[in-house]
Amino acid sequence: MSVRFILDGEMVELAEVDPTATVLDHLRYKMRRTGTKEGCAEGDCGACTVLVGEASGDSVVWRSVNACIQFLPMLHGKALLTVESLKEQDAPNPLQVCMAANGSSQCGFCTPGFVMSLYGRAIGAKGSDLPVADVIAGNLCRCTGYGPILEAGETVSSLPRDDAALAAQLTELGAESASGKWQGRRWFAPKTCGELADLLAEHPDARMVAGATDVGLWVTKGLKTLETVIFLGDVTDLAAIEEADDGLMVGAAVRYADAHTPFARLHPDLGELVRRIGGLQVRNAGTVGGNIANGSPIGDGPPALIAMGAELTLRSAKGRRTMPLEDYFLEYGKQDRQPGEFVESVRVPKPGPDVVIHIAKLSRRFDSDISAVCGAIALTVDAGTITSARVAFGGMAATPKRAAACEAALVGQYFTQETMEAAAQALESDFSPLSDVRGSSAYRLEAAANLLRRLWLCEQGTAISVLDLEALDG
Amino acid sequence: MAERDPAWKVLEKPSHPHDSAHMHVTGEARYTDDVSEPQGMLHLAFGQSSMARARIVSMDLSEVLAADGVVAVYTAADIPGPNDVSPVAHDDRLLADGEVVFHGQAIFLVAATSQRAARTAARLGKIEYEPLPALLSVEQARAADSLIETTQHMARGDAAKALESCPHRLSGGFTMGGQDHFYLEGQVAVATPGEDGQVHILSSTQHPSEIQHLVADLLGLSSADVTVEVRRMGGAFGGKETQASLFAAAAALVAHKTGLPAKFRCDRDDDMVLTGKRHPFEVSYKVGYDDEGHLLALSLHLASDCGATEDLSPAINDRAMFHADNCYYLADVEIVSERLRTNSVSATAFRGFGGPQGMLAIERIIDHIAARLGKDPLDVRLANLYGPGRDVTQYGMKVADNIAPQMIARLRETARYDERAAAVEAFNAVNPVIKKGIALTPVKFGISFTTTHLNQAGALVHVYADGSIQVNHGGTEMGQGVYVKVAQVVADVFGVPFSQVRITATRTDKVPNTSATAASSGADLNGMAAYNAAMTIRQRLIAFLARTHNCDEAEVQFTPAGILVGTETISFELAACKAHVGRISLSSTGFYATPDIAYDRATHRGRPFYYFAYGAAVSEVAIDTLTGEHKVLAVDILHDVGRSLNPVIDMGQIEGGFVQGQGWLTTEELVWDDKGRLLTHSPATYKIPTASDRAKHFTVTLWDGENVEPTINRSKAVGEPPFMLAISVFSALNRAIAATAPGKADLPQLDAPATPERILKAITGHRAP
Repeated sequence: MSVRFILDGEMVELAEVDPTATVLDHLRYKMRRTGTKEGCAEGDCGACTVLVGEASGDSVVWRSVNACIQFLPMLHGKALLTVESLKEQDAPNPLQVCMAANGSSQCGFCTPGFVMSLYGRAIGAKGSDLPVADVIAGNLCRCTGYGPILEAGETVSSLPRDDAALAAQLTELGAESASGKWQGRRWFAPKTCGELADLLAEHPDARMVAGATDVGLWVTKGLKTLETVIFLGDVTDLAAIEEADDGLMVGAAVRYADAHTPFARLHPDLGELVRRIGGLQVRNAGTVGGNIANGSPIGDGPPALIAMGAELTLRSAKGRRTMPLEDYFLEYGKQDRQPGEFVESVRVPKPGPDVVIHIAKLSRRFDSDISAVCGAIALTVDAGTITSARVAFGGMAATPKRAAACEAALVGQYFTQETMEAAAQALESDFSPLSDVRGSSAYRLEAAANLLRRLWLCEQGTAISVLDLEALDG
Repeated sequence: MAERDPAWKVLEKPSHPHDSAHMHVTGEARYTDDVSEPQGMLHLAFGQSSMARARIVSMDLSEVLAADGVVAVYTAADIPGPNDVSPVAHDDRLLADGEVVFHGQAIFLVAATSQRAARTAARLGKIEYEPLPALLSVEQARAADSLIETTQHMARGDAAKALESCPHRLSGGFTMGGQDHFYLEGQVAVATPGEDGQVHILSSTQHPSEIQHLVADLLGLSSADVTVEVRRMGGAFGGKETQASLFAAAAALVAHKTGLPAKFRCDRDDDMVLTGKRHPFEVSYKVGYDDEGHLLALSLHLASDCGATEDLSPAINDRAMFHADNCYYLADVEIVSERLRTNSVSATAFRGFGGPQGMLAIERIIDHIAARLGKDPLDVRLANLYGPGRDVTQYGMKVADNIAPQMIARLRETARYDERAAAVEAFNAVNPVIKKGIALTPVKFGISFTTTHLNQAGALVHVYADGSIQVNHGGTEMGQGVYVKVAQVVADVFGVPFSQVRITATRTDKVPNTSATAASSGADLNGMAAYNAAMTIRQRLIAFLARTHNCDEAEVQFTPAGILVGTETISFELAACKAHVGRISLSSTGFYATPDIAYDRATHRGRPFYYFAYGAAVSEVAIDTLTGEHKVLAVDILHDVGRSLNPVIDMGQIEGGFVQGQGWLTTEELVWDDKGRLLTHSPATYKIPTASDRAKHFTVTLWDGENVEPTINRSKAVGEPPFMLAISVFSALNRAIAATAPGKADLPQLDAPATPERILKAITGHRAP
């Protein structure tokens, strides 16, 4: 069957599509809509930002995404807005007028991407109820130094949009689960976990793709050909979030932008961590489950969730099994997932009032960077004594990993500076980190140990993040 | 603070938005890859070296040729003329011939029916190498005596002797990393074959004439057979001055060989591996000074990693020597500049062109002296500024308009430097984990190509019979606004609205033999050339109107309301129409060559620069002493653009230049492995600043003084100088680190870029007894 989506009110129907053709290439080279630019083809620069819409009642929920690493079938049943869509009665909209007048563009190549991110914010797109700088953290500009762009975002912070008709169009369009074939390759877009389980049983070698923020690069950079692809974006029961008194249940296909607020309610450090995962375009595509399932040793979600005591549920046609999240990661590139299984959900218990949590991500750049070290510490402190400790790190080993010796140095001890110091020093027996492009082994060990020392100082009120400082004193 | 002269605003030109801004925001501005692809267009990719240095023993490209969609595969043997894409030294190969000299170098060229097919096939080449010893560091190159050219010396007095008699002496050293340009639009070129062997090339280049000449040679054609065109680039920053040639030449070769149009749009990761970057430098110094911090003698050694070929390294390293004084008088000084050849991609032009490296060196030396003396570094800066009787640079040029002292004084006041420095100290006294630092650093940057003959430009202005005007000049538009500035100049000559002037793509068939749009000179040179062209036509109109209206030429005046001829006012449109009917030529070329500059490279003496542009910045930062993270909290800039041609455009250059400089010194780290492979070849690993890295408090003020030299509108160049204002960030970081061991009279050992890892290391080192 064909891929169908709505662009500027018109349905676009593509009968035969390469399942891993990117939305960007299709726009630029097939439709000659060249306003959307390729800056990196890996989701890191935002020059290709477009908005993708899904019906929600009688309105449409828009999300900014990087078109360079979105595959065409992922658009099925959705609406698409590109920079060319924004002209109203053949005139630029107020945001565009403002940006053209105030010096927001110099070379202009990144500009359409910024326009789309800021337009998304102005129409209330998903995840964009953040300061302007956070909404454009996934858009790189090399010319302007960002000042006028930030100003334009503040100036035109709200624009009207009536999507009632579009919502009705969309509700019809994406009603059925989709699938297709192209040159012997196949793709599926199931609607339920049951369908997904059956498909996986039938195609155990299929590549599951949720947000494509990782797999997208296999195609654009690795030049890989994926034979069978199962897209998880339409599996509605995989995208559920359930907040209860004792914790949070997050479906595997919940995108980070949707998890941001519930996670922040669990603990502010977790919210801040999510804010710093990718840019908004990446959080609008990338999923909590994908970040776990791919087993990356530098994924930011797992260390934090492990420290908070998360449990992972896997499902297949045969049933479900649940395990502590840390047990899922066996070794580099190897996870405890059997053929036919998929990650269904992760459950994060709500921390009690006696739990001290400290989560920190260290990277060269604060926004839209990958961790050199991501550390998460959760201590239960009862009458001055640490009764339980969960300490987990990313970037320190071949998998996200708990620090057993460090935890041992904490449990049963008084919560004091000396205890934290001993725990910091114990990390040396827990980890022998690699030296790589993001940091040396020595830096990783020192910084990780300092996170334990830092927790103590934060608790005493003598340390805050440099991000929380005011620009000028007095 | 002195109030701005009320007349000043009148003299400033208005802030027309960038001429393409309305198309940038709608996505309608066309870049090279946006032009419709004709039928049969071929797409290209390089097969690249997997060795840093090796002899190519054999190549088996049969699988490449057999791959889906592949039309042709070319190697060095297929190039009709010289296999040369270098700007000066004839040492850059389009395709490696016999030997590879850096990891990732282009070896063969694949032409295929789609880009994916070309890239996929390019990975199928089987190359057999005989590894040769590769020089992968400055130390290895030095040990092997591997140099791009002879080590250069620039000296005044006798630094060695003077050092002996100084009250205080210190020595030190540090390193600074390179920088990838990270233009958002990657390298791209489209070549279209024409009749009779001609070729047209659409290229994203700062130097169309160079590509024209290289391609002509490479294909055995004459320059007249090759036309290069560029409407706009999606950023360049020096990275498309010489580096665009590789891709344009490849496309031209394929178009020439196949008779089909060919496009080379380089993948970002390949682009970062294949193209040159800013030169990394190693600096060491011995300096003598007195109790007040007066710099009495300096022996400065600058060593740069030039990479595998010469490119523009001699001129870039020269500029590092020229700017090793910054705003300071160096009495007895010797600068030794060592230009090392290694097996990494050839380093190239990047905004500042060596100036930032030289300037960072001297600013760090000043910081070092201040730390030893326990003084505020600003006091040491002030003590060393050029002034009466000490106003000649180490290369013998008089500093004629030394406004740095006034600018520093004003910024010190407006940015409340002293008050804030005290607040920083108070903050540090009570905060054990977070430490702040503040610094004020000035900039003096020489304007002109130091290769004197490059300081020339041409323009072509047409007035049509309907009064509309077309302007063409040799300057290329990379976002810096040279088109809008030049168009404003022409509109002003004729007294017509800006909208009446149509700016056209830069083309080698309109204005020949152009210099690269570089050295911040675009508006200076091309603005003046266009002014001269327009004035020629204007003079013809004046003569014609005076003759036909029986009045003196002095009675013909161009005003915004029209042309005043005697007592009559006629519209510019009517005047154009009448002049055409009166058989007056309404088209003219214009030319400009910068006067008064001369430089003897053999002795490193002379006046390489027409004038200096100045600036000063105060930056305040905070560091986390447990993680090494930092934040730039506040930036205040006062910058000199002379009498601005376009204030909004100039402010954009200043802000953007600063943030780019901040990136160079903080987050942007290039990492190579021990095989010479670049590990930071994508935005996933190479981190330029994002919006939140821009300080929350960020002010820019333009200095209200005009250029002492008769430049266009008495303006000053603005492209490069603001980049170096970011040295204030590095200086402030050093002070924040120094605050971790108060009372220690020394400068922390911090190398650039100041990544969290380096800051943490510097803290540890500084705290050590």
